[in-house]
Amino acid sequence: MIMRRVVLFTKFERFWHWTQMTLIFILLFTGFAIHGMHALIPFDKAVMLHTFAAIALILLWVFAIFWHFTTGTWRHYVPTSNGLFRVARYYAFGIFKGEQHPYRKTYQRKHNPLQALSYLGLKLFLFPMIWLSGLLYLFYPIWSNLAAGTWWLEGVATLHVISAFAILIFIIAHVYLLTTGHSFKEHVMPMITGYDDVELSEAEEAYLQQDEPSHILPNTPQDPH
Amino acid sequence: MKIKHSIMLLMLLFFSIAQADTTLEPTAKAPKHVSTSTADHSQFKILQQEFKSGPELTTACLSCHTKASHQVKQSLHWKWEFKHPQTGQMLGKKNVVNSFCGNVASNEPRCTSCHVGYGWDDVSKAPPAEDNKVDCVVCHDTTGTYSKWPTGAGHPLYEPTTSQGVTHMPPDLSKVAQSVGLPERENCGSCHFFGGGADNVKHGDLSTALIAPDKHTDVHMAADGLNFACTTCHVSTEHQIEGSRYAINTHDDGKRKPGERRDVATCESCHTNKPHSDNTLKHVKLNNHTEKVACQTCHIPEFAKGGIATKTSWRWSEAGKLKDGKPYSEEGYTQGDGKHLHTYLSTKGSFEYGENVVPHYAWFDGQVKYHLQSEKIDPSKVVEVNEVNGSAADSDSRIWPFKRMSGSQAYDKVNNTLIYSNVWGPTTDTAFWTNFDWAKAIQAGMDSIDADYSGEYGFIDTYMYWPITHMVTPKDEALGCADCHSENGRLAELEGVYIPGQSKNATLDKLGILAVILTLLGVMGHGLIRLFLSKRGKQS
Repeated sequence: MIMRRVVLFTKFERFWHWTQMTLIFILLFTGFAIHGMHALIPFDKAVMLHTFAAIALILLWVFAIFWHFTTGTWRHYVPTSNGLFRVARYYAFGIFKGEQHPYRKTYQRKHNPLQALSYLGLKLFLFPMIWLSGLLYLFYPIWSNLAAGTWWLEGVATLHVISAFAILIFIIAHVYLLTTGHSFKEHVMPMITGYDDVELSEAEEAYLQQDEPSHILPNTPQDPH
Repeated sequence: MKIKHSIMLLMLLFFSIAQADTTLEPTAKAPKHVSTSTADHSQFKILQQEFKSGPELTTACLSCHTKASHQVKQSLHWKWEFKHPQTGQMLGKKNVVNSFCGNVASNEPRCTSCHVGYGWDDVSKAPPAEDNKVDCVVCHDTTGTYSKWPTGAGHPLYEPTTSQGVTHMPPDLSKVAQSVGLPERENCGSCHFFGGGADNVKHGDLSTALIAPDKHTDVHMAADGLNFACTTCHVSTEHQIEGSRYAINTHDDGKRKPGERRDVATCESCHTNKPHSDNTLKHVKLNNHTEKVACQTCHIPEFAKGGIATKTSWRWSEAGKLKDGKPYSEEGYTQGDGKHLHTYLSTKGSFEYGENVVPHYAWFDGQVKYHLQSEKIDPSKVVEVNEVNGSAADSDSRIWPFKRMSGSQAYDKVNNTLIYSNVWGPTTDTAFWTNFDWAKAIQAGMDSIDADYSGEYGFIDTYMYWPITHMVTPKDEALGCADCHSENGRLAELEGVYIPGQSKNATLDKLGILAVILTLLGVMGHGLIRLFLSKRGKQS
């Protein structure tokens, strides 16, 4: 295995990540305004912004899903128990003792098992829950006659609010985990420049140098870590 | 002139009989609509005569308009009786009890002065049968000089009459007959603005402020704007005028083709159920509201506008107090146009008023059920003299604004029913306004309809609901989203619907915030331990 600096996050992935982040912040801010938890933006403006941001995010996700399947990137999120416990143990104990993070990024597997599992949960449960409840909420006029006088709308709204809190909690944990390891910057930069140090197999290195030379930087002295 | 005249008559009436609720002065004049008729009534020979009475004038009208009386006699304006198509209740002015002057029976000819006929002085019988007893000109006079005498059972004055030192002249019926035209707001308003005994007392959204309103007071009737007559919306066919307070059409699919039936007086009849026309997301959202929210709810944020207050509370239980054996009055309220209004009258009790009143909101499918005198009431609660029907689950129901009138009125303590009372009758010894004796007044009222009365009365608190539909405000003054979509918004007490921004599950929100705080504390704790241990590691 050779440590090389390669493009780990492609342009689309980075665009997807940061656009998603912006839209989610807009949605959280406007959503909690609509829910009456703050009045920093008027209700009608909040509804408009929330609706457009939600539509934009869903569109982005349609592209992202397409991208995941056509590029095979979905494989990064396949859950595995291999090393999962060690990563969890690291965050609970090892990190305090100054231990090394037990996971090494590879070209085929850029997330650690715990990270991959959290993202998978986010993508399979939390996001679908907030979109499904949000779309039902948005298109309430279509089914309002069926649900008139029942608690269905309140149920949908409640689900939507629960999802929003869960996503906010995810973000807090997500941002905090960027501070673990070497430095905050070292975690963030790959998502900005796309480059990160990963261990490549000889075959991977050969492939990248041959077929994707722009995705791999020339060999540089390795970090002592 | 007409308004001045009718107001003076009203003043006279109240000073002489029940003491005035209010003192009024002439209101501004509205621009008249130009007649498009093919007939100039001043040219007709039959109208160029001295009419001695209303019926004589009507006979002349009927010589050409041969079916007019027959048509009017089929109307609610004539019958004062309405069989509710859904509840089967026999309603109409003749039958219902309200929380204002109470009831018509035993109080003719005072109450029947607003009947669209001449000489109905006993409502236990049908209105006079003769065709010429229909009053054409109360609706069709355009001179503003014709007015029914307040105690004339529908007749105008025929002789100069002096009352309280003021001499009132009879209208020139010949001139009135030669000037007939389509009804203007003043015609309808001569009765409908004065329901309950004085300007805007009853409805809250119908007052002399609508004679020449500005756009803020009523965007449709604005004298400097659309200048709608009442009949622009309340269209009629054969003298049957659309619009009801008992069985309302809460919605209409609108968009009638030319010549197609359009006799439903709803907002949607003209504006359709997609009234916000831009294809912006905001307008789409607003249009989504029309299935559940009446147009009136957002577009009539307040009623009793234009400087004329409406009565919001009337406590009959306070009536009858005398000073030195004499009735007295207090004027404790000054309305927007500067007029002082009575807050106490020995004849009627104590009053409260409101101006620019924020409505009461309720689900409403348009159907109103009354507590008729024959029906039992539960005196342990506030009795709803009328109940508005509707619910969130019903596709006909809309969230609708109402004037909610608070009352305190007499009831039969043994039979637990509302009662009829005889209040008017300057020469009787039963009328409450003359003798201040409830026992006699109630007995006489109940006798007039042959109702069972135990002889024991008490007072109950009541609510009465008046659907608000007039005094539509310009669109830039309509309610904004946050008027309802906010904590303690206007619909905070409305049940059965989840309103984003207002409805929330407080426990869920607390749990959510708690979870967020715990996560923050968790990561901060985790981070602090890391920081602390790494420093210790470096030191060692």
